Amino acid sequence: MNLTLHVWRQTGAAAAGRFERYDARDVSEHMSFLEMLDVVNGRLIEEGKDPIAFEHDCREGICGSCGMVINGRPHGPVPRVTACQLHMRSFTDGDQIWIEPWRARGFPVLKDLVVDRSAFDRVIEAGGYVSIRTGAAPDANAVPIPKRDAERAMDAAACIGCGACVAACPNGSAMLFTAAKVAHLGALPQGQPERYSRVRYMLAQHDDEGFGSCTNHGNCEAACPKGISIDCIAQLNRDAIRAALGKGTEYAGAAGGGA
Amino acid sequence: MRRVAAFYQSTVGKKVAMAITGFILVGFVIGHMLGNLKAFQGAEKFNHYAEGLRELGAPFFGHGQVLWLVRIALIVSVGAHVLAAAQLTLRSWRARPAKYHAAPHLELSYASRTMRWGGVIIAGYVAYHLMHFTLGNAHPDFLPGDAYHNLVVGFQSPWVVAVYLVAVAMLTFHLYHGIWSALQTLGASHPAVNRWRRGAAAALALVVLTGFAAVPVGVFAGIIR
Repeated sequence: MNLTLHVWRQTGAAAAGRFERYDARDVSEHMSFLEMLDVVNGRLIEEGKDPIAFEHDCREGICGSCGMVINGRPHGPVPRVTACQLHMRSFTDGDQIWIEPWRARGFPVLKDLVVDRSAFDRVIEAGGYVSIRTGAAPDANAVPIPKRDAERAMDAAACIGCGACVAACPNGSAMLFTAAKVAHLGALPQGQPERYSRVRYMLAQHDDEGFGSCTNHGNCEAACPKGISIDCIAQLNRDAIRAALGKGTEYAGAAGGGA
Repeated sequence: MRRVAAFYQSTVGKKVAMAITGFILVGFVIGHMLGNLKAFQGAEKFNHYAEGLRELGAPFFGHGQVLWLVRIALIVSVGAHVLAAAQLTLRSWRARPAKYHAAPHLELSYASRTMRWGGVIIAGYVAYHLMHFTLGNAHPDFLPGDAYHNLVVGFQSPWVVAVYLVAVAMLTFHLYHGIWSALQTLGASHPAVNRWRRGAAAALALVVLTGFAAVPVGVFAGIIR
């Protein structure tokens, strides 16, 4: 099939960007979206032009590196699929495809389709962890966890940190990402000691990074390639309210270090 | 208190303030609607009810005292609701400086998309509504103390009725998303009840729509005269 691409090109963070038009010829329907871009880039390199920069790593939908807005949808038209796992059979011959980077103040564009997502790392560093003493590995299953809690934690832990939730949010909010980690660790016994300090620190960092505030549209859930539920956000809200009312003070001093 | 103050500085804290004040205002809206419906019982009952509002809390409180306490609570609620909304809106606009070439709405509903400007329209209508039926300076023939007369005369103009219905429609959408959203913000989420929350918000919004629209339509249709 033959396609017309309109790709956002931007030489650097400070540069002004614009859409450039490219023809993608003889695209196989079995190609992934990124393979299609690889072919277009191969031709650009042959012509001595700057190839389209995009981030990618595992290409099997679990690393969270790839991410671009395809025709207005983060990761493209197929629900619960990352851009690398999107195949060209989802498009038809003659389609016009608009490809853009994530657009949010918290995710400045570095080049073309690549954005700086290190704000997510700083949100995690603020509290998205459990403090444990390392040493001899504990016995497996020494801490019993009810099946339902384990399932809830796993559902939230499926987040790959790709940033599609921020990209989809009209408020540029990273609440689903932040809430997924709060819900993941908050469902498990190992996460309890830091549960309420975690939500305070992560929320403060989320706000400091310039992300917007959640208005409960639900766009993030629809765009999430891992189907993280906005129920996680309700959990974050609940924990944040409890923390403000004094919950978690019993652990004051333990957070951020342990030993 | 220090923690509560710090929490209010966060995006979630301001949302919680909006949710709490929102529920106070929903309570007012429902009470107001129930009062309005007394117009169908005729002039005497309606005026008795309107005058009775000033005697709320008797004999512990004097004439109009509790009414003013309620008014102050409502003014504070509206102020806090609007202030937090304005702060969060400005923040969110800054957080999304660039638009996409073409973005489908995905899960955005009409109600969720119109929360901000719908809220502005509702606030503007409330100002007009107070001048119309409370202060009387936007009313063609305002008689202090005769609420029934003011209501019937006030709704004679089809334009007034049309504006009223538009405002009530905006309120309906605002409540449909707002009630659900407030439950989410307050963390009222549980697998057993989550699928009922949107339905409950829709039902309450429709009750408000029906209850408020009934009175001007009743006047216009000649049922209330």
